[in-house]
Amino acid sequence: MDLSAVERIESARVAHITSNAKPAKVLARDVNVHYGDKHALKDVNVEIPDRGVMAFIGPSGCGKSTFLRCINRMNDTISTCHVTGKITIDNQDIYDPSLDVVQLRARVGMVFQKPNPFPKSIYDNVAYGPSIHGLTANKAEMDEIVQTSLEKAALWNEVKDRLKDSGTSLSGGQQQRLCIARAIAVNPDIILMDEPCSALDPIATAKVETLIDELRTNYCIIIVTHSMQQAARVSQRTAFFHLGTLVEEDSTQTIFSNPKDQRTQDYITGRFG
Amino acid sequence: MNEHIVKSYEDELRLLDRRIAQMGGCAEKLLGQALMSLERRDPKLAEAAVASDSTIDQLERELQDQVIVMIAKRQPIANDLRHIMTVLKIAGDLERIGDLAKNIAKRALAIAGESHPKPLITGMRHMTEMVQAQLKNVLDSLAERNVEKALQVWNSDQQVDAMYNSLFRELLTYMMEDPRNIGLCTHFLFGAKNIERIGDHTTNIAENVHYLVTGQAITDDRPKGDSTSSTLITVPQS
Repeated sequence: MDLSAVERIESARVAHITSNAKPAKVLARDVNVHYGDKHALKDVNVEIPDRGVMAFIGPSGCGKSTFLRCINRMNDTISTCHVTGKITIDNQDIYDPSLDVVQLRARVGMVFQKPNPFPKSIYDNVAYGPSIHGLTANKAEMDEIVQTSLEKAALWNEVKDRLKDSGTSLSGGQQQRLCIARAIAVNPDIILMDEPCSALDPIATAKVETLIDELRTNYCIIIVTHSMQQAARVSQRTAFFHLGTLVEEDSTQTIFSNPKDQRTQDYITGRFG
Repeated sequence: MNEHIVKSYEDELRLLDRRIAQMGGCAEKLLGQALMSLERRDPKLAEAAVASDSTIDQLERELQDQVIVMIAKRQPIANDLRHIMTVLKIAGDLERIGDLAKNIAKRALAIAGESHPKPLITGMRHMTEMVQAQLKNVLDSLAERNVEKALQVWNSDQQVDAMYNSLFRELLTYMMEDPRNIGLCTHFLFGAKNIERIGDHTTNIAENVHYLVTGQAITDDRPKGDSTSSTLITVPQS
């Protein structure tokens, strides 16, 4: 056995011991983002595990949404935005020029703050993604995808008799779950959620939180939230951002019971100012 | 530490600290009164001690109500949550300390008419002084958020245990010497046990102060010296 093979085995062994048994789904190394002259994200390094919920918290303008948008390259749509560093998903560099961004965004679904269903029927909202990605061969397959996606989004029972109604006719909470169903329909690995409950009432929020808890067994979910209690309830790991830096990332229990950094402590307990 | 953006939250936390300090002060005073009533065989002082326990109980209820409202209203986390929860637990310990001290005062009333052997009183006083110092130090450690001081209390309790062991043996000797001493000595024995238990509560408080400040529970076994529960008592055959 040559020396490099020994080194590889040793480094794999060390990685296995230190990785908490779960390999990272998303890995960010020295990620920097500039909007023109503004340095919005500074040297972000983080490992996001698969099949779990990671929450990003921090005051407005701290860079958490910017970082979230790096993970499916939504920032590409902003002409002044410039991203450096490395982000990989399953060890694949997502900023590799040969990578198909459309395929990436199918793998990395996104749910926004305000529910934004297409002005189409409930059925078409969910069917849109699978049809443009050519995931189905016939109507029966499409029906099945629509049904399972709506079931996974805990919306099927509420809409199964009115699939032809417009998506915009649903209540806010239902619209948000429709958007989650739409994201799930293209069979992503990762779901990004940018303050998914901030426009919802407490009951709808509770439904979406329950849904997140169910989805985490099959997906890697990354959620940006301003509600500290929501982060504590739904996530297993939490990262705190401040002024463009990732200050602290740890198990949610540690962040909310005994954070290491004073800035984290001051922010979560309402002392920032 | 920085203050909360919401000033009323800050005010509530300070009120909580004031309440626990007040409870601690009352418990300290009650313990002093109880021992003095035993020492001086003073029924009036004993009755005053018994009566003042209700102040501690009242303070505990107020503190508990405040904590419940704060949890509902503020949803505290991290150091604030530890602050609120440990104060609640410490209030429970102080309430028990009050009860145990009250019980000593009640025994002082029961044996008010009897003469006390001087060495017994000296032993009791010495033990009480040790526990009083522990109570004072642990309350200071809470007010100052001083982990070192709390750990000193936590470690010093075994001296109280040792003192209790020697009192226990002494009381047994008196009882064996003359059965007429049994009534008095039993009251003294329970009194001494109560003081020893108060010492244990001060170590509980010390553990809570440690958790409050560091976020870590003390997981080591506390050094303990009370061996009376496993002591075999044999009566000499005459």
